[in-house]
Amino acid sequence: MSISKTYLSDIRERAEKAKEKKAALGPDIDLLRYNQHIERGRIESLESLPQQEREAAVMAGINVKEEVRSGSYFQVDHSVVYERLNKLYEGKLEIMSTAEALKKYDWLEDYYWRAVPVDQDKYTAQAELNMTHGYFIRVLPHQKLEYPVQACLLVAENYVSQNVHNIIIVEEGAELQVITGCTLSKGDAEGIHLGISEFFIKKGGKLFFTMIHNWADKFHVRPRTWAIVEEDGVFVSNYVLLRPVKSIQAFPVAYLKGDRASAKFNTVVYGLKDSYIDLGSRIILEGEDTRGESIARTIAADESVIYARGDLVAKTKGYCLAHLDCRGIVFSNKGKIFAIPQLISEGALKAELSHEASIGPISEEQVEYLMSRGVSREDAVSVITSGFLNLDIPFLPQVIDRNIKEVIQATAKESM
Amino acid sequence: MQEMLRVENLGLSIGDRQVLQGVNFSMNYGEVHVLFGPNGAGKTSFIMALMGFPKYKVVQGRIYFKGEDITEKDISERSRLGLGISFQRPPTVRGVSLRKFMEIISDGTSKEDTLKIAEKLNLLNHLDRGLNEGFSGGEMKRSELLQLMVQRPDLVFIDEPESGVDLENIALVGEAINTLLGKEDKLKEQKRSALIITHTGHILDFVNADKGYIIFDGKLICGGNPRDILAEIKKHGYRRCAVCR
Repeated sequence: MSISKTYLSDIRERAEKAKEKKAALGPDIDLLRYNQHIERGRIESLESLPQQEREAAVMAGINVKEEVRSGSYFQVDHSVVYERLNKLYEGKLEIMSTAEALKKYDWLEDYYWRAVPVDQDKYTAQAELNMTHGYFIRVLPHQKLEYPVQACLLVAENYVSQNVHNIIIVEEGAELQVITGCTLSKGDAEGIHLGISEFFIKKGGKLFFTMIHNWADKFHVRPRTWAIVEEDGVFVSNYVLLRPVKSIQAFPVAYLKGDRASAKFNTVVYGLKDSYIDLGSRIILEGEDTRGESIARTIAADESVIYARGDLVAKTKGYCLAHLDCRGIVFSNKGKIFAIPQLISEGALKAELSHEASIGPISEEQVEYLMSRGVSREDAVSVITSGFLNLDIPFLPQVIDRNIKEVIQATAKESM
Repeated sequence: MQEMLRVENLGLSIGDRQVLQGVNFSMNYGEVHVLFGPNGAGKTSFIMALMGFPKYKVVQGRIYFKGEDITEKDISERSRLGLGISFQRPPTVRGVSLRKFMEIISDGTSKEDTLKIAEKLNLLNHLDRGLNEGFSGGEMKRSELLQLMVQRPDLVFIDEPESGVDLENIALVGEAINTLLGKEDKLKEQKRSALIITHTGHILDFVNADKGYIIFDGKLICGGNPRDILAEIKKHGYRRCAVCR
């Protein structure tokens, strides 16, 4: 049974009212420009994807052979072209498009737009008014999946606005890893990706979420993410951006609602060409004994502009502990980094919030140290940069590691 | 024995400040030499210049290693020719694990052998940490020697191996230096050399040195038996150096 028409109507009404509302951050995008609607047919397997799309997916961390994966979800432009659940996990895990889930489960009303406000800005409004799928992943209570679920949201055509709404529910005591690759199959594609992500981590649940973004020079991206974490729940978010993008603005939120809940954000951003990148993370510590950590590593090469934001908001009556660690390196005299950490305590008398933010070049002392072991200057810079960006993200495919090294090798010379 | 390193009339400056002048020095294959001297005398500057660190500018003289003039070569070129250094206070390099770095610099040492050496140096639990990240003084020294053991330089500069190391671990550091220099091998195979800076001379209880020098006030003086020099320093400090030079 689908969710109620009354609720949908209310949501739509709020979206309608917000459809001209500019976002608080980031350049304003004219959404009317991206009006193509492209439907695609289903595919038999990820290996049968057209070569360009397959390669793009692989570079975004997708294992097209589906080895060591619990399941897969693949969307191209406005169509879900592939969904598969590893048979081992039938009855333990659900994967489908959110549109399908909304028709199937009336209880989804308790989740759909309950974390992200539909009227936050014109992008959330557009995602509701012109929703084009997105994934619904739910792991049932106390199920602990050995391998990650992978999801790919790919844009193949020009002037597309891909408006996805993703929902992940980790039921009580369950554990789930998700790798999401968002990418383009054409390097010169012009368009926008609007990604609403609402994550619900129930009591004692754990969600390890890794998102790899591979965009291009003419592409805009506006993700809107909230994770609500109940007591003893754990949310870990890893985000990697290593390709140019016209503009991206996102400020994902982890709302630690339950006692002893924890959240960790790891963000790796490499700004290339004239990318405009405004990314952050916000952790709201409401439950008692909650923990938060936000680590960001940013490199601005070429003419890129990066805003690295981080908010820790303590609201708890009890104890909480959270730390922000934001470091940046500017590789080019035209690159810019703005590191903006913010600690907020709203009457949280026992809260311990701290931050360290730094922007600086690669240390010459470190380079010379490595050189004294026989490593060339160029390789020393590359090894140090690679180490700077190394956040030890589990299940991060080797291809991403290679990609990081290639990007570093191509751009690190500028800093020498 | 064949000459390995020769320094001719070396003058050094850091910025506008002259730190060493007129230094003549040489050492042969398989020898261990020791440098004494008060704080700020120029000992570290000397080995850093020999290693090629650009902050220590050679303003006069030449440096020859294995017969080749290396005065204009950069640090990594000198390292690849067979020079190595153990820093007194190495920098921290986050994100680059000791294990990974040893794979990068290894001169053919197998992973198994590397692990054995790491175990001997009590560093197995440090292999996956960033280089020197959170290491104690003693751990840093042992990590330096571990890296040098897989790198296998022909001539190694060791800057104050006993500083920041507790007494128990000095023996371990001394043993590691002997292993690094191949002192456990047959005599005829001992071709690795070391130039060691020491303040206290404690390391001489564990490492046999062939020759000692004092660097005083920017000059290399008093070449001789290292134990005699140490005894003299212990008795009179460096006061007599001012007269002796």
